[in-house]
Amino acid sequence: MGSVSLNTPPTGMPHVPEPDLHQVLTPEGHRRPDHDLDPWLEDLTPRRLAELHRDMVVIRRLDTECTHLQRQGELALWPPLLGQEAAQVGSAAALHAEDFVFPSYRENGVAYLRGVDPLGLVRLWRGSTYAGWDPREVNLAAQQIIIGAQSLHAVGHAMGQQRDASTAVTLAYFGDGATSQGDVNEAMVFAASFHAPVVFLCQNNQWAISEPVSLQARRHIADRPWGFGIPAMRVDGNDVLAVMAATRRALERARNGGGPTFIEAVTYRMGPHTTADDPTRYRSAEEVEAWRAKDPIDRVEAHLAALLPEASPDGDAGPGLTVEAVREESGRAADEMAARLRAGLAEITDPGPEALFEHVYAEPHHELERQREHYRLYLAQFDGEQLDARPREGSR
Amino acid sequence: MSATQDLAFGKAITAGLRAALAADEKVVLMGEDIGTLGGVFRITDGLMEEFGRDRVVDTPLAESGIMGTAVGLAYAGYRPVVEIQFDGFVYPSFDQIVSQVAKTHFRTGGAVRMPLTIRIPFGGGIGSPEHHSESPEAYFVHTAGLRVVSPSTPQEGFDLIRAAIASDDPVVYLEPKRRYHDRGPVDLAAPLRPLGPAATAAPGTDVTLVAYGPLVRTCLQAAEAAAAEGISIEVIDLRSLAPVDYGLIEASVRRTGRLVVAHEAGRTGGLGAEIAATVTERCFHWLEHAPVRVTGFDIPYPPAKLEHHHVPDLDRILDGVDWVLGRPNSLDSLDPFAPPRPLAAADGTERA
Repeated sequence: MGSVSLNTPPTGMPHVPEPDLHQVLTPEGHRRPDHDLDPWLEDLTPRRLAELHRDMVVIRRLDTECTHLQRQGELALWPPLLGQEAAQVGSAAALHAEDFVFPSYRENGVAYLRGVDPLGLVRLWRGSTYAGWDPREVNLAAQQIIIGAQSLHAVGHAMGQQRDASTAVTLAYFGDGATSQGDVNEAMVFAASFHAPVVFLCQNNQWAISEPVSLQARRHIADRPWGFGIPAMRVDGNDVLAVMAATRRALERARNGGGPTFIEAVTYRMGPHTTADDPTRYRSAEEVEAWRAKDPIDRVEAHLAALLPEASPDGDAGPGLTVEAVREESGRAADEMAARLRAGLAEITDPGPEALFEHVYAEPHHELERQREHYRLYLAQFDGEQLDARPREGSR
Repeated sequence: MSATQDLAFGKAITAGLRAALAADEKVVLMGEDIGTLGGVFRITDGLMEEFGRDRVVDTPLAESGIMGTAVGLAYAGYRPVVEIQFDGFVYPSFDQIVSQVAKTHFRTGGAVRMPLTIRIPFGGGIGSPEHHSESPEAYFVHTAGLRVVSPSTPQEGFDLIRAAIASDDPVVYLEPKRRYHDRGPVDLAAPLRPLGPAATAAPGTDVTLVAYGPLVRTCLQAAEAAAAEGISIEVIDLRSLAPVDYGLIEASVRRTGRLVVAHEAGRTGGLGAEIAATVTERCFHWLEHAPVRVTGFDIPYPPAKLEHHHVPDLDRILDGVDWVLGRPNSLDSLDPFAPPRPLAAADGTERA
């Protein structure tokens, strides 16, 4: 008998490539045949590939800008998505406009692609508001901080769509850590029992703050949904094509009455959990470097480089489309977004004290009205003084 | 033909649910055992047959799952009515209630409403095992974004459930389960009324006695017994626990000068403390005596053979009334200024 310590977690699951991991684009940019996913990529053109590249570049830029803005004291906090661009762009690109999405707090790239103004995102992380967008306008629920809670909302929402006989379906995002939560497991029970038109998209970025996925799951996360009666697929989350194809497939399945599907997008959070975190305390530089070699944007560029010489002269990519041109166009889009973001920052003003009392209830609430009136009268005593010029706690 | 019928409390709630289901096709009932069985208390009896499985949904046995999917249905424009089978089972769904149900409207700047009704049969007196007799209202009363109500008569059972479902805010609807079989007249044609106002259950001049849900009837019995001794008690039925209708209570206290609040829930941090403090703030100069609470003890709900000691009964409520009246009462021999007794160590010696 070998000596097995009960306290030692397994040393982590092997990463790519694995026989059960669906991959369409290798880290070197080679297209691999995939029986399940290829049918969902038949409409893919170099131009579409260039758009996916642009979206990933813009989102990476949004992420680095916001990380910098946090460092400059402009944002209270930011949860970086660096490294997860393909998982977010690929899945969001598969959605129809009328589909509804329930995100966690890290899907800032998804929010951008759903049409959320970057300033809306900034306002949110600046602490001016909890509402960076109107969920009904962009078909994206408010970001969720509680781990996994939104998975149940997605199932309930899908049950509503089912009752409405809608062709729209619901997608829920969560991370590997969330799969340990009761809510995600209950969501799978409800989704399976009611055959809800929902897709669970788990971005397994390997780390739940400092806890490795090996502490959350002794088997691949995608193994788990099968036990609930939900088919699951494990895809390379740094492969934008694989994620897009898998999500399209799952969404269409839901749309056609096939019920729920679970996708595990195997990716990596290159940065910290949030800007308040120090990942060097819990993971090695070697691990980070190994994942850097699987960068989602680099592999699309490598693929385009191999593809375009043949495609550009007369293919649907249009004349003159080169990898340099794609890179330039994506960079320009990112520059424009960043300039808008920086310029808009100055326009954001702090909400007034009245905002405290708004929208707590949909209908009048006399006790809260009393508190609001009392605070208004209290402030009125300062008559003419700027509210924010008053001494704050600790400065008296 | 009159629309008024003599109904058991539980059946009055059923009638209210039926009316709400008929009035709005977006109303969906969800819960464990509520469909085929009609609920363990039969409150949803017959509704699945009448409205179908998509409107009255038997769910998996998962309270957070029920509450969380109800949030999603509300996101999709539905008005879910969730049944929590027993008070002590609400805790697995607590996160969804306080973090999601209560806060989504605020979080989304008013863009997404949560017109959810959470039905909880609550309180003791039916000889149940553990977790089946609790009074969790203070948790919900303390949570901004929620409204909390509790009916005390069959008519209110019918009125408040319809008002709760019609409200665009989430409402915790606490059903006094030991009163399910009480009968009373119910006007099934009563107009839909707003949530909020309290009611004077019995007029009086000497003491204001505030209660809600199952204790209202006990308080009315106490008022009757006191009247035989020449004491006039005004009983106020809160109906709404959050927000509290202080207007009615204040007006009453300004007339009587004395306040007793009664509830089954434990005392510390309970709704009675909140009402006593607020009335003291607002009516100090009218008070002849400090407000008094008659409540359950700060203990887990006790086993069935002990529950009659824990749940305030007519005599304990009258003892509280005696206290505010300065009449002889059980507290007379408890010296409020006595220093705390030294704690006994395990070996029986006193600790310094």
